[in-house]
Order: sequence, then C-alpha cells, then structure tokens
Amino acid sequence: MDLFGVGTLLADCVPPENLSIFHPVSPGGRSIVSLSILVLAITGGILLVVGTVLMYCVFRFRTKTFDGHEPPQVYGSVPIEVAWTAAPAMIVFILVLVTTRTLWEVEIPVPEPVVGDNTLFVTVVGRQWWWEYQYEYYNGQKLGFTTANELHMPVSEASQQRRVYLTLKSADVCHSFWVPRLAGKTDLIPGRVNSMWLQTEQPGLYLGQCAEYCGTQHAHMLLRVNVESPAEFERWLQQEASVALHVDEATITRGREVFLGLSCINCHAVRGTGAKGTYGPDLTHIMSRATLASGQIPNNRENLRSWIADPQKIKPGCLMPAFGLSDKQLDEVVSYLESLR
Amino acid sequence: MAIAEQRRTDYQRQVVAASGWTAILHDWTTTVDHKKIGILYVLMSLVFLVIGGCEAILMRSQLLFPRYDFLPPDTFNQLFTMHGTTMVFFVGMPILIGVGNYLVPLMIGARDMAFPRMNALGFWATLFGGLLVYSSYATGGAPAIGWFAYAPLTERTFARTAATDLWALGLLVSGIGTLTAGINFIVTILGMRCPGMTLRKIPFFAWTMLWTSVQILLAIPPLTAALVMVLLDRNLGAHFFDTQNGGSAYLWQHLFWFFGHPEVYILVLPAFGMISEIIPVFSRKVLFGYEFMAAATAAIAFISMGVWSHHMFTVGMSKTLDLYFAAASLLVSIPTGIKFFNWLATMYGGKIRFASPMLFAFGFLSMFLIGGLTGIMLAIAPFNFQLSDSYFVVGHFHWVLIGGTLFGLFAGLHYWYPKVTGRMLSERMAQWQFWLLLIGFILTFGPMHISGILGMPRRIYTYEPDRGWEVWNQITTLGAAIQVPSYALFVINIVWSYFKGPLAGDDPWNAWTLEWATTSPPPAYNFEQILVVKSRRPLWDLKHPDDPDWNYE
Repeated sequence: MDLFGVGTLLADCVPPENLSIFHPVSPGGRSIVSLSILVLAITGGILLVVGTVLMYCVFRFRTKTFDGHEPPQVYGSVPIEVAWTAAPAMIVFILVLVTTRTLWEVEIPVPEPVVGDNTLFVTVVGRQWWWEYQYEYYNGQKLGFTTANELHMPVSEASQQRRVYLTLKSADVCHSFWVPRLAGKTDLIPGRVNSMWLQTEQPGLYLGQCAEYCGTQHAHMLLRVNVESPAEFERWLQQEASVALHVDEATITRGREVFLGLSCINCHAVRGTGAKGTYGPDLTHIMSRATLASGQIPNNRENLRSWIADPQKIKPGCLMPAFGLSDKQLDEVVSYLESLR
Repeated sequence: MAIAEQRRTDYQRQVVAASGWTAILHDWTTTVDHKKIGILYVLMSLVFLVIGGCEAILMRSQLLFPRYDFLPPDTFNQLFTMHGTTMVFFVGMPILIGVGNYLVPLMIGARDMAFPRMNALGFWATLFGGLLVYSSYATGGAPAIGWFAYAPLTERTFARTAATDLWALGLLVSGIGTLTAGINFIVTILGMRCPGMTLRKIPFFAWTMLWTSVQILLAIPPLTAALVMVLLDRNLGAHFFDTQNGGSAYLWQHLFWFFGHPEVYILVLPAFGMISEIIPVFSRKVLFGYEFMAAATAAIAFISMGVWSHHMFTVGMSKTLDLYFAAASLLVSIPTGIKFFNWLATMYGGKIRFASPMLFAFGFLSMFLIGGLTGIMLAIAPFNFQLSDSYFVVGHFHWVLIGGTLFGLFAGLHYWYPKVTGRMLSERMAQWQFWLLLIGFILTFGPMHISGILGMPRRIYTYEPDRGWEVWNQITTLGAAIQVPSYALFVINIVWSYFKGPLAGDDPWNAWTLEWATTSPPPAYNFEQILVVKSRRPLWDLKHPDDPDWNYE
C-alpha cells in the first residue's frame, strides 16, 4: 500500500546506499512502511485540521488593544466535550487494529531447522564493539563456523523463499541489531535470547549499525549485510566452513610464528592453528571481509598494518591494545593475515 | 504599586544597612518562605540550564562533520550523559517545582506551604544532588553511561571510575528533594485552601501541580530503589543488574522506565497548568470545560503509570505485551486531545492579546501539537521497531519538552515575573527571544526526525560520510546556534528588567486568580487577611459584581 505515493516520493529522494526506513527491501520492512504511511496520513490529517482551527482562532480573534468589554463567557458544553473525546477514541481504536495486524506480520518465532527448508540460522552475538556471527544451519545442514562484522545471506526468490532467522545474544552489555532497510531493530541483551528474521528479494549490500548505546565505541559498531545469489552464497559458505589456508612461504611462515607466539591468540581464533581465542573476531578468513574495525575502514594491506600497529588511533577506546611490534614483525603478521582468504 | 516598590527597596536598604551582603546571603540560605525558595529553585535551574545548554552546543559542534575529531568519544559520551541528567533532574523538575512553590500558596490563598522547613530541605537536597553529580568531573571525568544508565553498562566491569557512583548518589539525594516537594504540594493543596475553595474551584495550575505531585510520589521511589541497587552492585558486590553473575539487565529497564515514563508527564503537566491560566486571561475568556480539563489531567496521570514499556518495544517482549503497551500509550492521546481542544475553545470567540506570555502560549500550542503527533507514531509498536533509539526519538522528545514544557514555562515566567519582582519584562526583548527560540528550535529538532528516518541512531559521537546525514546534522547545529542568543536574551531581560523594567502594579494583566489580589511582590505573609472565595475566578467576581462566576459553575 502506498497512500498518496508518499512512500515512493520519499524513496526516490534518497540514494540507494541510503539507510532510509522508507526504502525497505523486505516483507517485514514493507509491512512496517505501509503501516507507517497510514499513521503519517492520519497524524498529518489531524495536524492539518487542528492546525487550521488554531490559526483561525489566532487570526480571527486577535485584538491589538483591549477595549474593556469582555467577550461572552462560555463555561463549557457537555455534548461538545463528549464529541471531542469520542473522535480521538475512534482514531485510537483504528490505530490499535492496524498495529495488531502489522505486529502479527512482523514478529515470527524461530522454527526448527528442517532439511529442504532453504532457511539460514545464524546466532548473532553483540560485543563491545563488533558483531559475531555463528552460522548454525542452512537448508537443514549444520554449519558451525564463526565470522565477524559482515553478515552474508542468500537472496529470496518468488519461486523459492529463503528466510534468515537470527538468534540474538550479547556477550557484555546491551546492543541493538538495526539494518533499517531489512527490518526494525531488535535488542541484544545479556542473559536473554531474542530473535528476528530477514528476507529479501533484492541482492546487494545493506548497511546499519548498533542502535543501543553500548559504551565508548557505540558509534563505530557498524553492520554490513551482503545479500547474494544462492550460488554465490553457497560458495561463500563452503569457503568459510573450511579451516585456514596454509601457505608455505618464508614471510608468511614467519608472520604465522609471530602471530601464534604473541598474545593475539588469547582473543583471536584461526581455525586449523593453535589460535583459539573467542574474545575478538575469528580471523580464519579475514581477507574474505571487505572492511576492518567493524565496517569502519576498507580491508587492505595498508589499513591492516596501521590497525595492528595502533588500533586506538583508528578506534579510540576499543578493546584491542597496540602490541609494539617492530616494523619487520608488523609486515610479517600482515602478510600472514593477508594469506587468510 | 508604588507602595510595593517602596516596600521592596526599603527592605533591601534595611538589610544592606544592617550588616551588608552577608545578611542578605544569610537571609536567602536560611529562608523558609515559599516565595524565596521558589526563586532559589528557578535561579538554580537557570544556571543548570546554561550548563546543560553548553553541553548541547559542544555535542552539536562534534556532529557538524562526519568523522570529525573535535571531541574524543568518551568526552562526547560524558556530555550526553550529563546533558540528559542535567536537563531532566536539575532543570526541568526543579524549575517547575520552583514556579509551583512560588505560586501554589498564593493561588490557593494560603500563607505558606504546609511544611516550610521541609520545603527548604527539598531545595537544598536538589542543589546538593546536582553538585554531587557534577563533582564526578573532579574524579577524572563524568559518567559515560547515558541518563538512562542501562545495566550492565553501569556495573563496575564496564564503568570503573567513581563517576557512576557519584551520579547515582547525586540522583538519590536530589530524588529526596523532589519527593519532599511532591509531598508538600499534595498536603498544601489538599489541606490549606482558603475558605470557599473546594477542589472543584482550585486554579488550574494548582490542579496540575497536585497531579504532578501524585506522579512524583509514585515514580521517584522505584528510581530510588533502582539507584540503591546499582550502588549495592557496584560497591558491595550485589548482583541485581550484574548479568555475568545472574543479574538482570531487563530489571533495570523496567525500574528505570517505571520512573522514566511518568517523569515525562511530571515535566509537562505543570506546563499544561500554566497554559491553562494564561490562555483564558489573554483571550479574556473563562477556561472552557474546567471539569473535563480536570478529569483529563487525572486521566493522564493515571494512564502514564501504565505505559512505561513503550520505551522497551525492541527488547523482545511478546506480541501481546507490545500490543498492550502500544494501545495504552495511544490512550494518552485522548485526554491530551481533550485538553488541546479546550484550549482552542477558550480562545474561540475571545479577544486575544499577543503579549509575550500569550505569544509563548501560542508557541506551546503549535509546537506541542506536532510533538504529540510524533508521539502517536512512536506508540505504534512496529513503527517504533524502526524509530526507537534513532534520531527521530531525539527530535520527538525535545519537541515535546521544549515545545511543550519550555514554551509553557517561558509563558509562565513572562506572565508571573511582574508578580515576583514588581516590574514588567521588556516586551521587545521577550518578542525577540520568542522568535529566535521558535526558529532555532524548529531548525534544531525538525531535521532530527529526518536523520532518524534515514537510519541515524542516537548517542553516536560520529557518523560515516556516505550516509547522507551530514546536511541534516549541519542544519541541526545551525539551529542550536540560533537558540543560544534567545536564552541569553532571556537572562539579560530578567536581570535588566529587575532594575529598569516599568513598574507592574498588583494586577498588570487584568487577571482573575488570587495571586493577583496581593501586592507585587507579595509581602512575606502573602495576604493581609485570609480571603474567602465563591468561584474559580474570584477576581472576576470582584471586577464584575453584576455578573459573578458563581452563577454559572
């Protein structure tokens, strides 16, 4: 539903990389928008009517100088009062009805994974200040790998719906998962398990970020959702599920030794090696990600180097310290990480 | 009028002559006169308003450009924590309590508040609480937890310094002040009205102060309990909100919003009361539908206690709970609508004078209308899933609290200033102040609705350059800059007019309630004789003996 074309109008004004809630690409987002436009129309109507009455009173009854003669005093009128109690009550009733409908459309509990359901199940863990994605099941198959900050999901087709169910948890404080064009936000609260679902027919990159204040770097807890064709997505799944690539090249080997010999491994994991930390992002396929520092900077050699050299400079207050590596060590570690594709 | 003026200067001269400024200081710090305490409350709040305003300007400067590094992240996070805390606890509530303190006894024909010494305690507790919160800067930085202080971010693990303890202690102490003020208003209004003033005849401002006080009585204790719990967690190893040891982050949100939601109405009901005094006088008409207005006030106070979880639509409640809280929140719009229509009906057919109080009342009506409508949008739970914790919310509640509370309050301060000082405010400065505030305010908070719809979350110290939020943030910052001279003008106006303003006389606005029946400023004992009233507008009855109100009520 697109009352008076307001939705289209708003959608056309914004560039496609935008995060406008009036530019949804998912059934959930669309049903919220159609409700929103109805609400905007109702409230806009009230504004117009009441505003006009207000302006009429102001201009019609304005006097520059009071002549001393009091106007007739009207103490009240029960029928009028009843009328303007009943009118808002009617509007409230309508609003409650449409709210109910949308609520039941948007909030769907997580089902059990079944073979052949084309459904993806991901557990999202909010952390200060990055996102951990534990891929659980796809099409009824167990996945069991972990990645960070960039969510990948398959596109849904008219013939073949592909839903993604997210189980939302927090490892430390409250966070909130918000990709405006895909769905409304849902909080991640420690000690509590929440859920939401995503589904879209439009491939592309969708941006968002944490919406619940979670400390120093709340502003840089960015979200990126890559929606891909099923084939592309399945290729990505295969790659991510494998253990880390082992390259036997002098610099890379030295870099791996430096990495495994330092406290990096207390926080980071690289599957297939001795690094099993769970506090920081899993680095097994770090080069499959487009960005670093939860979406803040492009993932390339130069940025990787300056990030490891001094994370506090790029993301002041973040929980990764600078380790004071020598230039040589830095180059080696970066080379090693670059080999993790 | 000359007598009042003479009385004031005589008094000042006597005090100064007696033993200088220390005597004046001693007089003001030990006073139990409700009028002086009221003035102290208002002056304290204005100082905090300036501080909170400076914090806002610093934040807006940081958000002028994407990835701007004017302020480090923690400084910004401290600023929004202190800005929110200051504006709610040390500006909004105390200034309304202050105006109420000054006016309520005068309006109901009493000589003072019911408990004058407790009244003084309330003020000093509030001030001391504010100082405690601000003393956190001396520990190396203010708390960076947000004014809502969601658990577990406030636990020792995540907020290590004493700043968070000082914040909790400060709110605890000022909460005692607020609570005593609430109790005092209830007892005063219920017990100390002059003969003839039944509950159906009390002036509307006193009526809203009564219900605000009932809300204070119900809302402050849960906050106090929550603050004690967080202090126990932090200092004695309890785990109420410590999620790593089985505590509940959810519990804090419920306790906080069980206070936090009524708080919104604590801040706006007195402004409703002021508007309900001002619109009739400047339209030369009786308030339309007093009984319905009174019932609507009670209904708002009642409903507001049952809607707190609409601040928590995104925490993953059940659909049923979402629906209940959406519906209950929407219900508030019915009594609010009644009030609005009655104000319009009061203006209808009147003779409206746009002196500064009425100008601000007009600002209140037009802006509060918009703020109320965005409130309806936020009450719709699914819409809220998108808008919650976005800049849309920031736009909405500033629109309500500035467009509603602040415009209402400025209307009231301009209306009653002559009563307090015996002099009129400069009308020219007041008009400039109004238009600067209106334009600055629309430019500041209007674009916030748009940046919220464009996906900008609140409480972020910076944002990415590719999001299209830049221009809206820049207009917002420009608007904030336009508001600055407006507040400055108000401060200049109240100081300048105190010395140079034209003399006001006892009843400069040709008004109808009892406070205008005594001198301006009123003597310490308020009224020479205890008055007897027969209607809601005793001064109307005096001025129109041929057609008194009691024939119609």
